[in-house]
Amino acid sequence: MSETLPPFQRFLDTHRDVVWRFLVSSVGLTEAEDCFQETFIAALNAYPRLRPQSNLRAWVMTIAHSKAIDAHRSRARRAVPVAEPETLDPRPQAGAAARDEELWDAVGGLPERQRSAVVLRYLGDLPHREIAAAIGCSEEAARRSLHEGLCKLRKVVPA
Amino acid sequence: MSKIQDSNGDELTGALGRAAARAQRRTTPSGAAKQESANAAAAAARRFSERAAAKGLADISYAALDSPFGALLAASTASGLVRLAFPEEGIDPVLEGLAQRLSPRIVEAGKGLERVRRELDDYFSGRRRDFELALDWSLIGPFGQKVLHATAAIPYGVVLTYTEVAAEAGSPRGSRAAGNALGSNPIPIVIPCHRVLRTGGGLGGYAGGLERKRFLLELEGALTPSLG
Repeated sequence: MSETLPPFQRFLDTHRDVVWRFLVSSVGLTEAEDCFQETFIAALNAYPRLRPQSNLRAWVMTIAHSKAIDAHRSRARRAVPVAEPETLDPRPQAGAAARDEELWDAVGGLPERQRSAVVLRYLGDLPHREIAAAIGCSEEAARRSLHEGLCKLRKVVPA
Repeated sequence: MSKIQDSNGDELTGALGRAAARAQRRTTPSGAAKQESANAAAAAARRFSERAAAKGLADISYAALDSPFGALLAASTASGLVRLAFPEEGIDPVLEGLAQRLSPRIVEAGKGLERVRRELDDYFSGRRRDFELALDWSLIGPFGQKVLHATAAIPYGVVLTYTEVAAEAGSPRGSRAAGNALGSNPIPIVIPCHRVLRTGGGLGGYAGGLERKRFLLELEGALTPSLG
């Protein structure tokens, strides 16, 4: 494996699709742009301190995830429901969308490590090994965090 | 579509999986929408790079510039132009070299590097004799800096020999070392190493190929087509 990080532009080009899809899924099209920009600004700032052997996809997904959480929080603070122009159709069934929203809110309320594990697993579609790399723990600990996160969700989300 | 599966699947993991699948369907439901999502991601990435380059958030920004030699890759730091590469050097190897030697915080400037583009255009069309671009010398070692500073001082249309440049750089007997320093000039054309010839009038060498050295010298009127 190379001893140096790829030029940032290559890193951006490699991971922009998965980050974009993740952000559109989790904050909606309107806010995805700002979250995307903030994600890569944060990544650019931290980039030189990264170890070259780091899992870059997992790393950028955790940043995107925390930006998405910030967006959820600031939307909650604004407290005024914002109508989201849905430019991509088909528009999901309203009931399902509401349940999804509730589910993601519950995920957002999990402790950080469990939240990361759940989001990276289900929205990032990362395997346990990459979740572990993203969170910075062992694979076993990542499995445990995921399990604990799911247990907590079971208590708060009506099935 | 979703790869998500859980061996101990229950209602919650099922709901998560379905919610994630719906989220994915919403963004990537079919070929056309997938393309749309990829285009949106590419556009967002472009906006990011342009802003990062414009605001100086990255350490290095680069752009491909048209020239009679094909697309030159120009890279700048806050101090100035640090690298100008011929097309056959390849974008990736050049950027990887910069990442290794200077910083990996490299972004594509889009419409940036406007000044470099303009001065090169003017030079190639004969409207400009001297470059006024700020240069970043950090890829060049101490001896190389002496040689290339001496080279940068050679006026438009004038040629010196390797020995003369070595003498200007303070090592009269270092013409071979001077030749090596010129051969690894990271900013050719702007630092005019093409103006240095072999004693006796032979063209000598050129990292970009002798055809280009001849082209530049003819452009500057320093070479009659028979020479070299």
